[in-house]
Amino acid sequence: MDAWRKSLLEGLRFDDLGYYQSLGFKSGLEIHHQLDTRTKLFCHCPVRYRNDAPDAVILRHMRPTLSEMGTYDGTALMEFKTRKQVVYHLYRDNVCTYEMDDTPPFPINQEALDFAIEIALMLNCKLVDEVHITRKQYLDGSIPTGFQRTAIVGVDGWVPYRDRKIRIQQLAIEEDACREVSDVGHQVVFRTDRLSTPLIEIVTKPDMRTPHEVAEVDELLGRLLRSSGRVRRGLGSARQDVNVSITGSDRVETKGVPRTPDIRALTHYEALRHKALIELRDELKKRGITTETFRTKEREVTGILSSSRNPRIAEIRKLGWPLVAIALKGWGPLLRHKTQPGMTFAHELAGRVRVIACVDEMPNLFVLDGLGEGFSVEDETRVRKAIGATDDDAVVLAWGPGEDARTSVNEIIARAKEATIGVPAETRQHLPDACRTDFERILPGPDRMYPDTDSPPVPIARDRIARITAQRALRPWEREELYVARGVPVGLARQLAIHRHARMFERLIADKTADALLLAVAICEWQTAIRRERALAGKPRCWPDEAQLEQLLKEGLAKKTPRPALLLALKKLYAEGIVEVPEPLAHREVGEIWARVQEASKDVKYKTASLTADYLTGRIMKESGWRASPADARGIVGKHLSI
Amino acid sequence: MTSPDPLKGYRGRAREVLKSHQARVWADVEIETEDGVFEGIVLPRSEQADDRHMVLKLSTGYNVGIAVDRIRTVREKGFREAHYKIPEKEFPFDPAKPNVTLLGTGGTIASRLDYRTGAVIPAFTPGELYGAVPELADIANLKTIKLFGVFSENMGPNEYITTAKAIGAEIEAGAAGIVIGHGTDTMHHTAAVLTFMVQSSPVPIVMVGSQRSSDRPSSDAAFNLQCAVNTAARGPIAEVMVCMFGPTSDSYNLLHRGTRVRKMHSSYRSTFRTLSDIPMATCTPNEVKPLRQDYKRRRDDRNVKVDAVFDDRVAIVYYYPAMKPDIISSLVDNGYKGIVIAGTGLGHVNKPLYEPLREACKKGVSVMMTVQTMWGYAQMYVYDTGRDLMELGCVPCANMLPEVAYIKLGWVLAHTQDRAEVAKMMIAPVNGEITEREPPDGYLVFQGGLPEVEEFLKRGWR
Repeated sequence: MDAWRKSLLEGLRFDDLGYYQSLGFKSGLEIHHQLDTRTKLFCHCPVRYRNDAPDAVILRHMRPTLSEMGTYDGTALMEFKTRKQVVYHLYRDNVCTYEMDDTPPFPINQEALDFAIEIALMLNCKLVDEVHITRKQYLDGSIPTGFQRTAIVGVDGWVPYRDRKIRIQQLAIEEDACREVSDVGHQVVFRTDRLSTPLIEIVTKPDMRTPHEVAEVDELLGRLLRSSGRVRRGLGSARQDVNVSITGSDRVETKGVPRTPDIRALTHYEALRHKALIELRDELKKRGITTETFRTKEREVTGILSSSRNPRIAEIRKLGWPLVAIALKGWGPLLRHKTQPGMTFAHELAGRVRVIACVDEMPNLFVLDGLGEGFSVEDETRVRKAIGATDDDAVVLAWGPGEDARTSVNEIIARAKEATIGVPAETRQHLPDACRTDFERILPGPDRMYPDTDSPPVPIARDRIARITAQRALRPWEREELYVARGVPVGLARQLAIHRHARMFERLIADKTADALLLAVAICEWQTAIRRERALAGKPRCWPDEAQLEQLLKEGLAKKTPRPALLLALKKLYAEGIVEVPEPLAHREVGEIWARVQEASKDVKYKTASLTADYLTGRIMKESGWRASPADARGIVGKHLSI
Repeated sequence: MTSPDPLKGYRGRAREVLKSHQARVWADVEIETEDGVFEGIVLPRSEQADDRHMVLKLSTGYNVGIAVDRIRTVREKGFREAHYKIPEKEFPFDPAKPNVTLLGTGGTIASRLDYRTGAVIPAFTPGELYGAVPELADIANLKTIKLFGVFSENMGPNEYITTAKAIGAEIEAGAAGIVIGHGTDTMHHTAAVLTFMVQSSPVPIVMVGSQRSSDRPSSDAAFNLQCAVNTAARGPIAEVMVCMFGPTSDSYNLLHRGTRVRKMHSSYRSTFRTLSDIPMATCTPNEVKPLRQDYKRRRDDRNVKVDAVFDDRVAIVYYYPAMKPDIISSLVDNGYKGIVIAGTGLGHVNKPLYEPLREACKKGVSVMMTVQTMWGYAQMYVYDTGRDLMELGCVPCANMLPEVAYIKLGWVLAHTQDRAEVAKMMIAPVNGEITEREPPDGYLVFQGGLPEVEEFLKRGWR
C-alpha cells in the first residue's frame, strides 16, 4: 500500500493554482464534530462508547416516505431498493427507548444548543431567531428512526483565510448516527452507543480552489472548533466530508475523510475522475450516444456459459444464480475508460451493483472484451452472439441471487445511461489508499428534509445570545496574537490556542504581572510530558481536575515557587489528586544549604569556574528539594567563586 | 389546491407584519433582516406556535424561524405550493385473490403531516394507503371505505355503532375478511365493543394501527397493514382481533383477542399485550400461526349477528386510597346507570364508599367490580371487604379488564336496565372477556437485569 500510495502522490503539486483553475476545481467542506455535552441531544442518556457485546439486539427495516414538498427523494428510493435487514446492538447503560425509536424525543439538550450558538458566533454566522428541528432521512439504517434530527442554528458566516474569506454556508446541530459493525449482503449491523450524541455540522461554500487550500481550511476550522473548548476530542469525534466539482460536473461528496492531509490527494483524484467522466460523455456524444439514443440489450446467458471454465462463473453457477449479459450499444471499449489510477468506468458500474443490488463479493461483474477476466474466446463469442452484440458494442456480464440479479442489471444500465449526462451527483467513500474513491450512495437532495413534528420550535432569545457572546471563546488566531503579545513564543502559542486549558490560561494571565511564558510551558509542555510519562508507565489516561490545576498554577505564581518544585507539584496532582505548592526557600535557608553543600564538595573542581558553579548550584537545588530559587542558589555560588 | 388563507397559521403580530410586507405562504422570497438576507420559501406556521416568528424553508431543505420584528423587506421571487400527496392509484383487482374490506376510522396508520399545525393528522384516503403500501395488492383485493377520520380518543358510541353496522354490511356483501384502521390509544376499547356488537362473524375482523406514523421511514404501519390484510384474507380465526407488533423488532405480529388486549406502553411498537392469557396467534404478511386451538373458525356462510347498541350512561371509577363518597354519589345524581370500579387487589374499595354504593344499587345502578392490577381475578370472597361489597350489590367481574367491563356494561345496559339481568349478562362471556382459568404463562412481565432475561434480549429478534 505504501509504495502504491507513494506512486500516486509522486510529482503532484496540490497548490498549483493555475492547473486547478484550468480544471475549474471547486471544493467545499462539511465538518462534523461532536459536542462535549454530558448527555445526548434528545434524551438523557450519557455519551459513552462501548466495544463490548450488546445487551440486546433488535431488527428493523426502512421504507421511504414522501417529502414535505410532495416527492420521493432519490437516495431514499435507492436505499429502499436495497431492502436491507437492519440489526441494532443496544446497551442498557447508554441507550434508551428514544434511540430505539420506541419513544418520541425529549426537548432538545440546551447545553448542546448553547455550544452550537457559541461556535456559530465564532464563525461569524447570522443566528436564526427560532431553531426548527428537521428530519433528514437516512434509509441506510444508520439511525433507527430513519431520519436524523437536525436544525440550523446559523447561516452565512465566514472565517479569514490568507488574504480572503472562506464563506460558511450554515451551521447545524444534529444527532450523531450509529456506528456500523458490518454490512454483508442484505444485512447491516449497527452499534447504537454513539447514536444521538450531539454534534455540529459546518458547511462551507465551495470557496477552495486547490486541494491544498481544502486541507488548510479543514485544519483552520478544526482548530477553531477545538479552541471553542466545546467539542469532544479523540478518535471518531470529528469527521469531514469533502465536496468536489469541476467545470461541467455536479457536486460529488466524499464521506468520512480520515485525516486532514488525505484531503489533498482525495480531492485531486476526484477532480480527475470528473474530468475523465466528462471526456467519456463527450466521446459518447461523438459516437451519437445521448440520453435519448442510449440503447441496451440484455439476455440471460446462464445456459450459454454452462461449460465456462472461468472459476468465478463456476462458483456462481454452483450457487444457482442467473447470469445476465448486457450489451451497451456503440460503447466499444469505453468500459475500460480510465477514471482513476487503476480504475475504469467498469468500477463505476461495480460500485452501484455492490451497494444497490447488495452483490458485494468482488468481482461482481465482468467486462467481456477479450482483455482478461479469464474467459475463453469461445465463451465470449457465444455470449456476444447470443445477445446480438457487434464489435462496436460493449458487453457486461452481471449476476446475483434471485431478484438481486435483476437489480444489478437495472443499476448497470442506469449508471451507464448517466454517463451520457456526465458526472452523477453522488456520495462516495474513500478507498484504503486514501487517494481514490468508490460509490457509496446517491447524493441526497433537499427533498429528504421534513419538519420534525415531535419537537416544537425553540426560540433563541436575544439575552441568551448576549450571555453566550460575553463568554465565548477567543478564536485561535485571536488567541495566538494575545499570547504572543504576552511573551509566549509563536509555536507554543499555536499549541496553547487549541489546548483544553486555554481558557484557564487566559484567566490566569488576566493578571498583567503573571508570568505567561511559565504558565504556557506548564499547561502545554509539562502536562504533555507528564501524560506521556504516565502513559508509558501504564497509568490511566486522564486530565486533572480543572479547578485543582488552576489553583495549583495560581498559587505557584503567587508564591513564586521555583519551576522544578512547581513541576513536581503538578506531577503530584496527576498522581494523587492533591494540590501542594511549596513556598520557595528564603535566602537565609539557601545559605544554610550552601554551607552543607560547600562542605561536602570542597574537592570538586571542573575545567572552568562556570562549570563548577553549575554543579554546585545543582547540588543546592537537589538538597533543597528543588525549592531553592535557582537564581538565588547560583548567586550565592557565584559570589563564593567570584564569578 | 390554492389555500384560501395566504397567511395560513400566522396570527397576531406575525400576521400583521407579514401582511404589511405582502408576504404569503409558499412564496419563494428574499427577506432582508437586521442581520442580513435570508432566502427561502415561506411555510405555513403551526397555530400553537407564537406570533413572533415566521418559518422559512431554505434551499437546503432546512426550516428556520425568523423574528418578524427584525424583518426590513420581503421580496417575492416566485411561488411554489407543496402538494403532499401520495400518488393515489386504483387498487388492482385479481379474481383469484380474496376480497378484503378496509374500514378507515383514523389514527396514525393512515396519517400525514399537517404543516399548518405541525402535527400528524389522520388524513390518508384509503386509495393513498395503497399508494404507500403497494405490497397489499400481492395479498388481496382491497375495498376501502373511510368511515371517519378521528384520533382514537374521539371514538365513541356513535362511531362504534356505525363501524359495527358497516362490518355487518361488508360481511353480508361477501368480504373474506375485515380490516379496521384505528388509532392505537383506544383500539382495545373498540376491539371489545365490536366483539359484543358483531357476533358469530364467519370471517376475521382485524383491527390495526401503528405506533410510528406512516410519515416515518421506520413506521410499523406498512408491516402491520400487510399482516392485518393477510390475516383478514386468509387467516382461520373468525373473531375480532388486534393485529400489532409482537416484539419491538420488525419480525412478526401478534393477534390478540379483542376482549383480552390492552395498550400497555405509551410509545413502544409492541405496546399491545394479551393479559391473563396468551395471544391467539402470530402472523406475518404471508401466514397466520395460531398459538391455541380454542378459536372460532372461519365459515362460508354469511350469518353474522349485528347488535349495535350502546348506553353511554356508564363510567369507570379508578379507585384510590381516601376516595370520597361524593365521587360515587355524583355519578348517581347525574343519571349514570352503570359504574365499573377498578378496585385494588382482589377488588376492594374503602369503607366510606359503602354507603353511596348501597344507595347506587338501591337506585338501580349496576355496579361492577374489576381489578386495577390488570392481571388476575376479582375474588371478593377472600376478604371481608369483598364480601361486604358484594352484599351491597357490587358484581365481581372475574378477570374482565376494566376497560372491557366499561364497554360491555354500556352495551348490556342498552339491552336491559334490570340489575339482575345486567349482572347475568355481564358475567356470561361473549368471547373471552372472562376466562375460567388463567394459564401459568398468562402473566409474564419480564424484569430486565436478570441474567436469563438479558440472555433472551440478546437473541430477541431471531
